[in-house]
Amino acid sequence: MRAATERLYPAPGLAWRQIQSKIERITVPLLILIGWEAFSRSGYLPPALLPPPSAVLAALADWMFAIDGSTQDYAGTWIRHVLASSSRVAAGFGIAALIGVIIGTGIGWSRFIEKTVEPTLQMLRPIPPVSWIPLAIIWFGIADKPAIFLVFLGSFFPILMNTIHGVKTIDRNLIRAGAMMGASERQLLWNVVVPAALPSIFAGLRIGVGSAWMLTVTAEMVAVKSGVGYVLWDTYYFLRYDMVIASMVSIGLLGYLSDIAIKLLMNRVLRWQRASTIQSREG
Amino acid sequence: MAEIVISNIVKSFTDRQRNADILAVDNVSLTINDHDFVCLLGPSGCGKSTLLNMIAGFDKPTSGRIEVGGVVVQKPGADRGVVFQQPTLMPWLNVADNVAFHLKLSGIRKAERRARAQEFIDLVGLKGFEAHFPSELSGGMNQRVGIARALLMNPRVILMDEPFAALDAQTKIEMQEELVQIWQRIRCTIVFVTHSVDEALLLGNRIAVMSRRPGRIRDYFDFDMPRPRDVTSPEFNEAKRRVLGLIRDESRMSRQAA
Ligand SMILES: Nc1ncnc2c1ncn2[C@@H]1O[C@H](COP(=O)(O)OP(=O)(O)OP(=O)(O)O)[C@@H](O)[C@H]1O
Ligand SMILES: [Mg+2]
Repeated sequence: MRAATERLYPAPGLAWRQIQSKIERITVPLLILIGWEAFSRSGYLPPALLPPPSAVLAALADWMFAIDGSTQDYAGTWIRHVLASSSRVAAGFGIAALIGVIIGTGIGWSRFIEKTVEPTLQMLRPIPPVSWIPLAIIWFGIADKPAIFLVFLGSFFPILMNTIHGVKTIDRNLIRAGAMMGASERQLLWNVVVPAALPSIFAGLRIGVGSAWMLTVTAEMVAVKSGVGYVLWDTYYFLRYDMVIASMVSIGLLGYLSDIAIKLLMNRVLRWQRASTIQSREG
Repeated sequence: MAEIVISNIVKSFTDRQRNADILAVDNVSLTINDHDFVCLLGPSGCGKSTLLNMIAGFDKPTSGRIEVGGVVVQKPGADRGVVFQQPTLMPWLNVADNVAFHLKLSGIRKAERRARAQEFIDLVGLKGFEAHFPSELSGGMNQRVGIARALLMNPRVILMDEPFAALDAQTKIEMQEELVQIWQRIRCTIVFVTHSVDEALLLGNRIAVMSRRPGRIRDYFDFDMPRPRDVTSPEFNEAKRRVLGLIRDESRMSRQAA
């Protein structure tokens, strides 16, 4: 009898522990959603002011797939707006990454570039990127360009600062080893300095992509007539708070996905780091 | 023929934090001939690495000059291979790419790089670890990669800074024998820094003994004992007595000075 029960209930195995860890992860979010749904339906606030998660989900579904037309003009336009926002992030972030890494490497490597270029950039850095909005609109008009400009400003400085830090903290002996093997200055930069600074550069890219989404949304609220940020602001004028929240959810999701994309790229490029860092403990 | 000529080298470091100058090397002159195996022996902190760094071109002497192959040393170059005190490999390159780094810089194709690196990977006993990253190897294995990397360049001069300090006794003996054979075969000039009297006498055909900081050359003598050398032979022990005597003098003098 006893033996039979033991066979029926084996010691918690790997599969069970995996399920358990999944449950641990989703408990808190699930409770929040349930509480929110209950609170919205309780009638304590007018439902239009705090739509329940189910209403947000319905709005999001219609916005994505034009199911019942409840989102009117927006039905089925989700992908178009997402692509509009994403392309601005990609353009601004891409330019920022390129220029940030190049200038950062220059400042970190050369005293001359540091002395001539860095003070100017350090004076521009404390100016919040959003405060550039008026000038951006005057210079670039109302379209993609001011948004891309703002995204660039937002992600440029984190990438720049981290690249400078990465280059400046390289082990001097690595440079010596490169020079000893006959590297010219340009080869040193390309074959030693940049690879050695990559961990820092990636840290900068990850911070930068976060600011990139923040600034696309901000720019779209004010200066552009498309994109998820624009939808958010426009639906707010029409008191469609379900759509406002659906936009927020979409932005969160996009930011999360782009961070994962960079993390995947980083894990590939920084494969060599794995055995020597704390991360390797997690497996 | 003189391969390395070191004349009246003085090196002092400016210590900005303590606002003082540290005299590391004081008026060192040495002439090292082509195909010499010079062992530079001295206590910790006496300026051995500093001197080696100046021959390598990493540091500039405060005064004096160093010539290698008749040319004044201005900057590092592939004619002088260096094996660092710490392995100093490129952490993002695997063993094969680290060993072949010099070939990559010279623009040689990948297949040929691999083939030529393999010879030296086998030589230092790392066959099978070609695809490993430095972070996946032990300290001693990394040091052997550093040796393979310097040998592959086939330099006129190899500068080695306590390369075997991190190795176990067994591997150390193997590597020492291997190094002597390589030196006899490729006829390069080696400057080998160590603080082990036995290691210096086992390897070198000329021994330079340095004083405590500030480093000066106390003695510089030929040691042409035939190889393989028997560390228990009278000839070996006599040389050892000579060197140990110098070191004892040295510490007595520094105690009196203090
Ligand atoms: N970059 C530096 N700045 C200031 N002082 C230095 C610097 N490098 C070396 N020194 C000083 O120079 C002296 C010689 O250092 P060096 O590294 O050449 O010693 P070493 O003989 O190689 O010692 P070890 O056997 O422990 O490696 C040391 O006392 C050290 O304090
Ligand atoms: Mg040293």
